[in-house]
Amino acid sequence: MDQQELRRLESLCIQEWAPWCTASCPVHVDVRAMNIAISNGDFQAASQVFSRSVPFTRIISRICDHPCEPVCKRQEVGEPIAIRSLERSALAYAPPQDIRTSPTAQKEQCVAIVGSGLSGLTAAFDLARKGYRVTVFEAADRLGGKLRDYAEELLPQSAMNEDFEVLKKVPIDVRFNAYIGVHKSLEELRHSYDALYVGTGSASGTDLGSETRESGLAVVDVVTFETDLTGIFAGGSAIYKLKDYSPITSISHGRRAAISIDRFLQKVSLSASRENEGAYETRLFTRTDGIEPLPRVCMDDPSRGYSLEEAVSEASRCLLCECMECVKVCEYLERFKGYPKKYVRQIYNNLSIVMGHRLGNKFINSCSLCGLCKEVCPESLHMGEVCKAARNIMVTQGKMPPSAHEFALQDMEFSNSDRATLVRHQPRMASSKYLFFPGCQLSGSSPDHVKKAYNYLTDRLDGGVGLMLRCCGAPADWAGREASLSQVLNSFRAEWLGMGSPELILACSSCYALFKAHLPEARLVSLWEVFDRHGLPQTDAELGSSVLAIHDPCTSRHEAQVQESVRRIVRSLGLEIAELPLSRDKTECCGFGGLMYFANRELADKVVERRINETNTDLLTYCAVCCDHFRSGGKPTLHLLDLLFGEGVTRPTPKPAPDYSQRRENRVRLKNSLLKELWSEKGAGQEIQQRIKLHIPDKVRDLMEQRMILVEDLLQVIEWAESTGTKFVQKKTGHYLAHYRPGTVTYWVEYSTGEDGFVIHNAYSHRMEVLEHLRI
Amino acid sequence: MSQGVEILEASEWWCGKCGVALEMATVEVAYMGSKYPVELPRCPRCGIVFIPEQLATGKMAQIEQLLEDK
Repeated sequence: MDQQELRRLESLCIQEWAPWCTASCPVHVDVRAMNIAISNGDFQAASQVFSRSVPFTRIISRICDHPCEPVCKRQEVGEPIAIRSLERSALAYAPPQDIRTSPTAQKEQCVAIVGSGLSGLTAAFDLARKGYRVTVFEAADRLGGKLRDYAEELLPQSAMNEDFEVLKKVPIDVRFNAYIGVHKSLEELRHSYDALYVGTGSASGTDLGSETRESGLAVVDVVTFETDLTGIFAGGSAIYKLKDYSPITSISHGRRAAISIDRFLQKVSLSASRENEGAYETRLFTRTDGIEPLPRVCMDDPSRGYSLEEAVSEASRCLLCECMECVKVCEYLERFKGYPKKYVRQIYNNLSIVMGHRLGNKFINSCSLCGLCKEVCPESLHMGEVCKAARNIMVTQGKMPPSAHEFALQDMEFSNSDRATLVRHQPRMASSKYLFFPGCQLSGSSPDHVKKAYNYLTDRLDGGVGLMLRCCGAPADWAGREASLSQVLNSFRAEWLGMGSPELILACSSCYALFKAHLPEARLVSLWEVFDRHGLPQTDAELGSSVLAIHDPCTSRHEAQVQESVRRIVRSLGLEIAELPLSRDKTECCGFGGLMYFANRELADKVVERRINETNTDLLTYCAVCCDHFRSGGKPTLHLLDLLFGEGVTRPTPKPAPDYSQRRENRVRLKNSLLKELWSEKGAGQEIQQRIKLHIPDKVRDLMEQRMILVEDLLQVIEWAESTGTKFVQKKTGHYLAHYRPGTVTYWVEYSTGEDGFVIHNAYSHRMEVLEHLRI
Repeated sequence: MSQGVEILEASEWWCGKCGVALEMATVEVAYMGSKYPVELPRCPRCGIVFIPEQLATGKMAQIEQLLEDK
């Protein structure tokens, strides 16, 4: 990932874009922050937020043309927030503290401001605070320009006076009755001052229109407020093309012109980095469906504005607009307390670390890569793809933590070893039109279903249905191990070509997704589509009329035809379907995808919990792992094959899923029994026989599963300990404790001698190697 | 790291092969290309080193994580 790619990805996440109110406000009042403060009853903070963007708060809170309100998202569910009234309340209940008026450093340069309307006074105030010597030329005998036209009840003179007090605190020289254009021309003024701002409005006699004619003042740059005369800037109501006077636009012009004048006098670029000054279009997305509509809070006494309580209720209506679409639907994105824009930056930083701690590793490895984020993102940002690319880079850099995926990769290796793999044409056939590829997880989880499905396929389909037992390589793909993935794929491809490139019948949607991406030359069909097309197997089951909620596996996300076949099958069995709120292309992962289960078990458990709590209805799925995960979480869950080949179970009982040792055993047994039963061959695969008999209590089995320790590991430890005598003994209990390191992990087993073998009391492991130098 | 080792726990275990009590000794542990000396209970005769469960799943796991993220 380079800087450019980082920027591209960051720009796709719109969470940090301003809400509509702020973006449409020419001075970008942080309305959201103000409303949070008011809803918390903190009027002081609200008042500060407001005065941070607005120099003349009393005036603006009374006469602002509030472009924020017509674009307020609240109107989609009720009425827009009364933003201006809330600003007034904020000031009423907590007058703003003094704004910083002391200039940073006094400068020698002089600036003339023509006109004392809102734009002129804002420019004057901002420039004086920056340390320039500012002189304001006003044609009338008092400040305010157009403000003087307002009726007293709308804008009391007292409010204006209070707001203008602040001008006395900065060194501004005001010349009243100074009619520029009559007493002095702009050009004359320009000779005496280093820069000029003309904010004379259009209604008065000193309007820019007449100045334009007199002085040739024309072309105004809409970003920098430059005129065609160097050093003369212009803004305010004479410039903007609005039907009515817009006080807030005038303030914005004055402020932006002041920035330009400062830059002009500092001799730096006037136009650099000035994006989104003034009102602009935000790219933010905020979903409003499902939000309770609420009308605007009425004022008990409109002449006094909102009461304290009324203001709190009105501010509480604010939706606090943000996107967070992906975070809302993803336990993982929520867990790390950010959103993609931040995450992408963290990932980039993590990958760039040469020396030091890579704190983002856990984050990168915890993603299920399921892609739900992309489906709900208004800009289609796929965090899974970002995490996956990051994993590939980590592997290349040699910086992938071994503990994250090693167990899963070893499981894949096992599934692709001689002990578990099998490839054969249909018995008594020499070619295959189809090849059934049940996948390693179905073979590990329900080997009987593999046999029954294969039996069904050979029975219903003509042309020969071959069988292949192995793993598709998804774990290598998810772990970012590109070399390992191509190795698996190459072996697969060779076998598949050897079988005559038959159409693949897939029972696992992860295999389906992987082959679709990496084996485009293969024709793929899901087992469920085959059932749908060729009729369901005969079942004696009385299925009745139960209701089931369908969980689509996350890797089936883009396979609408598979999802549809499954639903047709379920309906044709007479069952009713309760759709989950997030299903089909918006389905969730069960916590296994992307190897989340291995890299962040705690998170994976939360993901299961979240999914199974989305419905009170029993679940039905068509992925062995999803099924096992939900069952482990205590949710009654059926696999579609339970329905098709089961004994009429419509109310699934949560049965424990096989652990990793049992899965391996199941794969070996499946291979050997199929070879024997269908091809009359002796199992070449060596059964994981208990060379010595172990008694493992359920509690210890659970612990082993949690700690990713296999029965095979225990056997190796005990065999080593018993053959060498290298073990500890506990005096009190007579238990033994032994350890052995067959590879990268040291396994410890506490055991005792039983009647016909060993009883296991505990098992744990560590990856750190103890350099023992045994003298044995 | 050796702080995690309960002396009491270690004292319950004897070397099964040599039949002697364990003694604290400086032992080297290695992971991800780093090596550290630590005090751990060890059989003074055959050199077998005792790692209690608490140490393996606690402090040791933490250090492994830190080293993996380096």
